[in-house]
Amino acid sequence: MKTRRIIAIAKRDLKRTAREPAALFMIFLFPIVFVIAFGGAFGGIGGSSSPTYGVGVVNLDNISTGVATNPQWSSLFVNSLSATKILNVQAYPDNETAQMDLAQGKIQAVMIIPSGFGASCSSFLASPGDASKWVNTTVLLYFDSGSLFATQAISPIFQQVLGTLLDGGQQTVAKPISLSTPSLVNVQKTSAFDYMAPGMFAFASIFMIMIVAQSFALDKENGLLKRIRMTPTSPSEFMMSQVLSNMVTAFIQAAIVFGLVYLMGFRPLVSSITIVLSFGLVLVFSLCNVGFGLITATIAKSSGAATGIAFLFLLPQLFLGTFVGASLSGAAQSASRFVPSFYVTDALTSLLLRGAPMTSPTILLDIAILVVSSVAILIVGILLFGRILRES
Amino acid sequence: MKVEAEKVMSPAGSPQVPDPEAMNQMLPLGERRVAIEIENLSKKFDVVAVDGLTLEVMEGELFGLLGPNGAGKTTLINMLCGLTKPTAGTAKVGGYDIIKEIDKVKDQIGVCPQETALFPYLSGRENLDLFGSLYLMPKDALKKRSQELLAGIGLLEDANRRVGKYSGGMKRRLSLICALVHEPKIAFLDEPTVAMDPQSRHAVWGFIRDLTKDGKTVILTTHYMEEAQELCDRVGIIDHGKLIALGTPAELIEKYSAKHLEDVFLQLTGRNIREEL
Repeated sequence: MKTRRIIAIAKRDLKRTAREPAALFMIFLFPIVFVIAFGGAFGGIGGSSSPTYGVGVVNLDNISTGVATNPQWSSLFVNSLSATKILNVQAYPDNETAQMDLAQGKIQAVMIIPSGFGASCSSFLASPGDASKWVNTTVLLYFDSGSLFATQAISPIFQQVLGTLLDGGQQTVAKPISLSTPSLVNVQKTSAFDYMAPGMFAFASIFMIMIVAQSFALDKENGLLKRIRMTPTSPSEFMMSQVLSNMVTAFIQAAIVFGLVYLMGFRPLVSSITIVLSFGLVLVFSLCNVGFGLITATIAKSSGAATGIAFLFLLPQLFLGTFVGASLSGAAQSASRFVPSFYVTDALTSLLLRGAPMTSPTILLDIAILVVSSVAILIVGILLFGRILRES
Repeated sequence: MKVEAEKVMSPAGSPQVPDPEAMNQMLPLGERRVAIEIENLSKKFDVVAVDGLTLEVMEGELFGLLGPNGAGKTTLINMLCGLTKPTAGTAKVGGYDIIKEIDKVKDQIGVCPQETALFPYLSGRENLDLFGSLYLMPKDALKKRSQELLAGIGLLEDANRRVGKYSGGMKRRLSLICALVHEPKIAFLDEPTVAMDPQSRHAVWGFIRDLTKDGKTVILTTHYMEEAQELCDRVGIIDHGKLIALGTPAELIEKYSAKHLEDVFLQLTGRNIREEL
């Protein structure tokens, strides 16, 4: 096997990727477009400058609880909070659900309106000056400890809205309803885009199937494979050059995607070694895509057919194994275990998003399955296409 | 008539041993070494494409392989280049067996295929560099050789343009020099001038003639009888996979009492239109 031949053919492939508009778009420009599009749509762009703040309200003093005596007060209070235009009030059926969303960063605060809230309001209005006749209640508050706005601004807004509700905004010192000292909850600041980011590496890489299939099918169609076969280049040198050039392409693609998702706000709090390992996983996954591309090129009679057939391998990987599959049904999620893209996305999510150690059993299992399946698919692709190469 | 090897005196007066290659070139065709030796070669697909063909091509010879569409010319060349394995028979190219020593055969040969198989996204020069690299040519030699070939075939000014932008004739010329960049001993040129304008064709003819002056053996397949008559030392006419005529153009014209080679061709292969399937 001669390195010079391998490098010469690999250089040719890289030049094709750089110079052919279709290949350039699918490999590099398309990932740029979709990262920006998804970043914009799911919080990667402009998420932090939102003018409203999410507040979850669990109203235990409404009709559905069956214990409310004056439910109109709690409704009025919630409506008044919404009317501030600063708060985006979302109703929750129970504290547990609200706490879950708070913990995931979907809202910045949770307010629990206790049963008896209406009774307190009524008792205050009936005897504003006689505290002995008031029914005292406490509104419980939970704030995102990491949100400056939640800890400093939401509480006064609540206080102000409550005061307006009870005495028209007069500075009455005592009231029957008090706001609890807010409990601060440590919130992981994870946007929907953050959840998508690890899957984007696989998403971008998957399109290599189509490019590899098209280029091989086109070379076959144009007699270029036959011409290379007329030279002393061996099939193994040719295949090695393809693997090399596609690995380089995959690396550049992963670097572009990483740079973009970082710019869009994805901040994996991991070491540089973890980043390197993540790139390694993407490269291993690219082997699988080269394999699928070779299998496609073997089946396809023309470059046009290769594009269509490539979708048979591309779509399952795309929908079952990348961020696209996050909201799939149980059956589809079970099916996703059969596509290699699931394992690279799962491993990258664990590493980059959850900060799991590289030695965790889940990641090691993901890596093992990814490596074995990718190498196996590549070998099948090489064997099948090798036959075509020998017969061309 | 055998030409005796003459001792040439060097400027210093000491005897200089003549180059055996140059000596071989000085011999008449029939007495030169054999470059390609084909014996009872057959290839059967669904039909018999090549049928027990026996032929010898001498070193430095420009041999024309003629035949109607589907006669078996390309199959024969494919077998000699190692692309297709023969069903029966043997052949040696440059002294190497096409089955047992195909790697050595590939080192000796340059093939300009029928289709202009070039990389359209590379420039003319980059195509040459790639093919030269596949033959592991030293970089300096490759650079020099590319420059010579590009100039010789009239593509120097367009050498840095991408091949996708070339005209059909330019692609054909580039395809030809890509087959020759590594200075092969034996060149297989499969219809190298097809669809070329007369100017380009004559330029390529001159280029092909020069190859034999350098001692290269050339196997030329063509549908242009005037091309074969003009260029070839000998021609072989193949039909239905068999060699049906062999000789110099003049010999064949005389033998078949024809005005030119095309008449010979039509007499031997008939006037029915053939299509390659």
